[in-house]
Amino acid sequence: MKLNRFAQSGNWILDRFPLAQLWNDHMAHYYAPKNFNIWYFFGSLALLVMVNQFATGILLTMNYKPDAKLAFDSVEYIMRDVNWGWLIRYMHSTGASAFFIVVYLHMFRGIMYGSFKQPRELIWIFGMLIFVCLMAEAFMGYLLPWGQMSYWGAQVIISLFSAIPVIGDDLSLWVRGDYVVSDATLNRFFAFHVIAVPLVLVMLVFMHIVALHEVGSNNPDGIDIKKLKDVNGIPLDGIPFHPYYTVKDLFGVGVFLIFFTTVIFYMPEMGGYFLEHANFIPADPMKTPEHIAPVWYFTPFYAILRAIPDKFAGVIGMGGAIVVLFLLPWLDRNPVRSIRYRGGLYKKALLLFIISFVCLGYLGTQPATPTATLFARIFTAVYFGFFLLMPLYTRWEKTKPVPNRVTHHHSLLEDIEEQLPIIIEEMTELKPDRPEIGDDAFRGSFYSRRAKPGGVRHVATRLANSIKKSLD
Amino acid sequence: MKTFTNTLLLLLCLSFGAHAAEQVELQKANINPNDKASLLRGAKHFVTYCLGCHSAKYMRYLRIALDEHVDEKTVLRDIAPEGASIYDQLKSAMNKHDAEKWFGTQPPDLSLISRSRGPDWLYSYLKSYYVDTSRPFGVNNLVFPDTAMPNPLWQQQGEQHAEIRKTIWGGHTELELVKPGVLSEHEFDRMVNDLVNFLDYVGEPEKVNRESLGKFVLLFLLVFTVIAYLLKKEYWRDIH
Repeated sequence: MKLNRFAQSGNWILDRFPLAQLWNDHMAHYYAPKNFNIWYFFGSLALLVMVNQFATGILLTMNYKPDAKLAFDSVEYIMRDVNWGWLIRYMHSTGASAFFIVVYLHMFRGIMYGSFKQPRELIWIFGMLIFVCLMAEAFMGYLLPWGQMSYWGAQVIISLFSAIPVIGDDLSLWVRGDYVVSDATLNRFFAFHVIAVPLVLVMLVFMHIVALHEVGSNNPDGIDIKKLKDVNGIPLDGIPFHPYYTVKDLFGVGVFLIFFTTVIFYMPEMGGYFLEHANFIPADPMKTPEHIAPVWYFTPFYAILRAIPDKFAGVIGMGGAIVVLFLLPWLDRNPVRSIRYRGGLYKKALLLFIISFVCLGYLGTQPATPTATLFARIFTAVYFGFFLLMPLYTRWEKTKPVPNRVTHHHSLLEDIEEQLPIIIEEMTELKPDRPEIGDDAFRGSFYSRRAKPGGVRHVATRLANSIKKSLD
Repeated sequence: MKTFTNTLLLLLCLSFGAHAAEQVELQKANINPNDKASLLRGAKHFVTYCLGCHSAKYMRYLRIALDEHVDEKTVLRDIAPEGASIYDQLKSAMNKHDAEKWFGTQPPDLSLISRSRGPDWLYSYLKSYYVDTSRPFGVNNLVFPDTAMPNPLWQQQGEQHAEIRKTIWGGHTELELVKPGVLSEHEFDRMVNDLVNFLDYVGEPEKVNRESLGKFVLLFLLVFTVIAYLLKKEYWRDIH
């Protein structure tokens, strides 16, 4: 009787709200390609980090004071006197960096497997808007602890607006709400960081997922799985998202959290990259730090800004570095999606792009010496070259035939499980080892494993060859 | 590709080279937040030699008693200055106006100094004072040139002189103890180390808890991940 009542009230809701349909559309009957690899964890991980940022952020606002006189103290109050405040703050600060790591990898996955191509252009656009929102969110959030780097970082970035001709000075004044970064700036940044941007972010994430579920997920082979369906209309290479990918993502979450908590508990400052050392000094408008560097996730764009000699051109360059990403679906003229079936030309271009992005990121953290600036200019040229020359070189490349069905590749874990003993066997050899003390009966039955130079060389050559081959 | 890697390597060398040329090599402080005796000695040194000018306003005497498992009365008797309450913050009695008149600047609060400068810097800084008659207080510092702070530990350390040694790598300054202080060199090193250890603790009092909690969290996550992996394998058994 009781159970019946329970079921009845459940039905009462289901009659009025399409819960079952929502669940089926997006989980139980959403068919995802069965060949997702490690790169496909980062989308759901981004969602997890976002939830983490919301939960910890809400808790932080309960004790944080958005006031230039109190902000720094209130953060230290959270770190010392609020129960578990230190954990919540570290989860939030590490979460910010983790968000960018996860999102950068997620974006790289998209570029690598052509997930931005027809019919997923809009998903890419939504994703890029999320990225821009995320940058705004991170930038404004970084002002809130009101440390030296918060203050001067904001000062430098907001002053970039003043480089815009005619309206520049008024615009930066309007953004700051004062002639220098001050209490007014802190208060409005708090409002944006806590309400305005997160609201937009959530809506964009919602649209990103809705758009994805409309056209379906791409996969490492870049094949449209909806072309081949069985009698029930289910894609042959598709499997229901739930339970297959929910349990798989659960494993991904575990691995991610191991890294995430290691940082939180053992290296929350991450050597000054996640929490900058200078930010433990309260903001002082009268004292400029010797070396102002943004947090690591902005450094590639900061390096581009500094590489260009003219300030306004630098601002255009920095903005352009993000705008070209929006245009990616129309710059890449090659119909083949996945890197697996694309030509060597594109693979090499992508490799150069990754190198230039990482090096720009490194250079952005360093003081701008003449040599560093020269390298930053070269890498900036490579960065833009990758995108702007794309319409040309993507037409020339020789692609490989794309299969009809998804291919099965061993996952990294399976590969290790299988290959590692063989490789170890090849790289080492058994040599008879004589025990120091012992009677003759045991002689010859002791062996020890030694590295074999020939085997090591062989394995290294094979690795180098396979890397070279994968680039062609 | 090869030239590219070479230029990268070159870049890396250049950046390291630039770093090495700029800074004095720091001496390593031995930081151990679990060494309660060292922390208590450091707290005492801090109150005796630093608190006159510097505060550590995010700390209370009570917190020292609680974290180091010492009786409140012992903290008040051995560490806190006369007449302090256990609930008091470690605040300096010197006011801003006087500080600016005497030293030209307000001495910074030291609660977070270890997090902004790093313990090795503090350790080296406190050991790198030398006689320089051109400075207002007669001393200068190798690690922080033209520092506004006089050497607070001059009685303990004694007097150091700077000697510039020319080598093929360029000039490099060495400090030599010319007049010994109350403490021997070894005792002085230990004293500075205790002080820095305390400052590091003050920078983040929760560090000990954080690190001891971390292993349980990681252990749980390892078990969770293994179970999640087995669950995934079980569910995916029929997918080929």
